[in-house]
Amino acid sequence: MRESRTTDSPADRGVRRTVRRTLVALAGMFAFAFALVPLYDVFCQVTGLNGKVDTSGQALVHEEVDESRMVTVQFVTRGSAGLPWNLEVETRQMRVHPGQSAEVYFAFHNSGATGSWARAVPSVSPSNANRHLRKVTCFCFDEQHLEAGERLELPLVFQLGRDLPPEVNTVTLVYTLYPVTRDEAPLQSRATAGKGDEA
Amino acid sequence: MAPKLPPHHPVEQSTSTAAGGQAAEHPAPPRGLMRWLLTTNHKEIGSLYLIFSLTMFFIGGIFALVVRAELFQPGLQLVNPEFFNQMTTMHGLIMVFGAIMPAFVGLANWMVPLQIGAPDMALPRLNNFSFWLLPVAFTLLLSTLLMPGGGPDFGWTFYAPLSTTYAPPSTTFFILSMHIAGISSILGAINIIATILNLRAPGMRLMDMPLFVWTWLITAFLLIAVMPVLAGVITMMLLDINFGTSFFNAAGGGDPVLFQHLFWFFGHPEVYIMILPAFGIVSAIIPTFSRKPLFGYASMVYATASIAVLSFLVWAHHMFTVGLPLVAELFFMYTTMLIAVPTGVKVFNWISTMFRGSISFEPPMLFSLAFVVQFTIGGFSGLMLAISPADFQYHDTYFVVAHFHYVLVPGALFAILAGVYYWLPKWTGHYPHLKLSQWHFWLSVIGVNLTFFPMHFSGLAGMPRRIPDYALQFADFNLASSLGAFLFGASQLLFVWLVVKCVRGGEKAPARAWEGAEDLEWSVPSPAPLHTFEHPPTFRPDTPH
Repeated sequence: MRESRTTDSPADRGVRRTVRRTLVALAGMFAFAFALVPLYDVFCQVTGLNGKVDTSGQALVHEEVDESRMVTVQFVTRGSAGLPWNLEVETRQMRVHPGQSAEVYFAFHNSGATGSWARAVPSVSPSNANRHLRKVTCFCFDEQHLEAGERLELPLVFQLGRDLPPEVNTVTLVYTLYPVTRDEAPLQSRATAGKGDEA
Repeated sequence: MAPKLPPHHPVEQSTSTAAGGQAAEHPAPPRGLMRWLLTTNHKEIGSLYLIFSLTMFFIGGIFALVVRAELFQPGLQLVNPEFFNQMTTMHGLIMVFGAIMPAFVGLANWMVPLQIGAPDMALPRLNNFSFWLLPVAFTLLLSTLLMPGGGPDFGWTFYAPLSTTYAPPSTTFFILSMHIAGISSILGAINIIATILNLRAPGMRLMDMPLFVWTWLITAFLLIAVMPVLAGVITMMLLDINFGTSFFNAAGGGDPVLFQHLFWFFGHPEVYIMILPAFGIVSAIIPTFSRKPLFGYASMVYATASIAVLSFLVWAHHMFTVGLPLVAELFFMYTTMLIAVPTGVKVFNWISTMFRGSISFEPPMLFSLAFVVQFTIGGFSGLMLAISPADFQYHDTYFVVAHFHYVLVPGALFAILAGVYYWLPKWTGHYPHLKLSQWHFWLSVIGVNLTFFPMHFSGLAGMPRRIPDYALQFADFNLASSLGAFLFGASQLLFVWLVVKCVRGGEKAPARAWEGAEDLEWSVPSPAPLHTFEHPPTFRPDTPH
C-alpha cells in the first residue's frame, strides 16, 4: 500500500526505528527468561531458599559443642515413580547439639527385577537452616547402583553449625529417590561410599 | 466468519474517498474470502479481530458451561474428571488468549488510528499477519481435544510437572499453539507502539492522547516485556518434554518452583494487559456521558504507568504457599497492596468525573458504571488475597476463582462490551437497539453476579477449585453459580443478535454519535469510511479530554 522506499518520510524512519528498538527489547527479554534459570540457582544457593543443598562434601568444622542447646533433626525418605527402590532410615529422628557431628545409616533396597541406577536428592527445611547443615559424608553426593534384590546401607555424617539461627528447633532433611537413566553413571559411587564408611 | 458482519460498504466507499487523487494507488480490493485474507486495512482487521474474539468467547463459554453443568450438583453426572480438567483448562486458555486479548487488539486496531488521526496502522501487512496467526493457533489448540490422551488438562497456568512429566501427549501441540498466539500478540504490540509513537496527528503530544491510546501504549510495552518470557517458559517445557533437559525436573537438578516464578513473572503483567485497555475504554465513556472532561487526566496516565511498573514486582503473590521465606512473603504482600494506590486513584477519578456531571444512562455508560462497581469488588477481594497469612486459607479455593472472574468478566469483558456499544455507531452508522441493549445489560449483570458472587462464599467455606465433585455443604452455592452461568451465557446470544441487527440497520447515527464525545474519531462520518485521515487532521491541543 505505502511506497515507503521511494518516499522516505520522517514517519517511516520513525516507524523503522521503533521496530528496531522493540525487536532488540524482545530478544533481550527472551534471553532474560533463560538467564533467569542460572540466576535463580545462584540466588537460591546464596540464600539457601529453595532447600537445595550442596552436593559435595564439606569439611567437619571443629568448634565447641553447644551443650546448652538441643536441636531435633528429622529424616524423611521418599521413593519415586517408576523406580522400584526403597529407602529406609534407621533413625527417623535424633537430637543433637549444635557443633556436634552425628552419623545415621540409610538402607537402599532394590526390589525390582533388574539392576538400576538412582540418586537420592536432599532438601532441607526450614530453608534458613540450609546453610548451617554441613554434610561431611553423604550417599547423596553420588549416584548409586543396585543389582536386582540388592540391599545396601550407606552412612550420612553431618554437623549442625553453632551459628544455626536460634529460632530453629527442628531441622528436617528429606531425601527423594530419583531414577538415573544414564548407563554410564560414574562407577566410583560405591568406592566413594566405601571411603565414607571409614570416615 | 460471515462477511455480512463487517460494518461498512467498503468497495463503494473506497472509491468515493479515493476521489481525492489517490485512486491510482488503490486498485479495487479482491472480493469474497480473499479480500478478508489479504486486507491490510486497520478497520477490516479490527473487525476480524472482534469477530474472532466473539467466536472464541462462545467456544470458551460453552466449555465453562460444561464445567458449570457438572458442578450443578455434587457427584459426577455428565463428564468424567479427566474431561472436566480439559474443560477448565481450555476455558481459561481460550478466554485469556483467544477472547479478551484479541478483543482489545481489535478495538485498538479500529480506534487507535482514528483517535490519533492516523491513516492506518504503521505496519499494515504485519497487522494482517498477526491477525491470521490467531485462527491457526486456536484451531491447533482446539484440535488437541480430539487427540489421543485429550487436550491440556493441567489448568490454564500449566504448572510443571503437571504440564511436563504428567502431561498428555498433545502438550507439544499446546506449546506450539501458545507460541503462535504469542507471536501474534508481540507483532500486534510492535504495530501499536509504532503507530502511536510515529503517526499521531501533527500537534498531538503524548499528553494530548485519549486515555484509550495511552493505556494501549503501556499495554503494548507490557506485551513486549513479558510475551518473550512466556515464550521462554514454554520453550523450556518443550525441551523438558521432548529433549531430556531438566529445567523443571528435580531428578535432573531442576526445580518445579522455578516454573511458577517464570510463569508468574509473565502472568502478573499479563493480568494487567487484560485490564489496562479496559481502563482506557471506561475513561473515554464516563466523561462522554457525564458531559464533563475526565477528572485528573495526567494522574490517570501516571497511575496506569505505575500499575505497569509495579506489575513486575508482585508475581510471587500467586505463590505464597510454595514455601517462600518470610522476607519474600512480606515483600510481595506490600508491593501487591501498593498496587491498590494507583488503582484507587483511577476509581477516584472516574467517580470525580461523574460528580456534578449531567449524566445520562445510555448502554455504554451502563456497562461502564457496572465496570467501576464490579471491578472494585474484584479489587477488594484481590486485596484480601494479598494478605499473605490469610492467603494460606484462600489459596486454590473458589475465592480465588471469584476474585479473578470479577476482574475479568464484569471487569475486562464489561469494558469491552461498553466499548462495542460506544463505538458501534461509528463502525456501522447505526445506534444499537436501545431496549435490547438494556435487556442485555441487566441480564448480564444479574447473571454475572449470580454466577460469581456465591463463589466468594463457597471459597471462604473451603471449596477447592478445579474439582469435578465437591462436598455436600457447597451444593446450594454451586446451584446458584450454575444457574447464573447459564443465564449469563444465554444473554450473550442477545448481544450477537443485537450486533447483527445494528450492522443491518437501525437508527442512523451522526458523525458525533454521542452528545458529549470529544475525541478525534467523532470527527469522521458514521459509519467511518474505509480510509480516513489520509490527510492528517488539524489537532487543537486545547481540546479538553
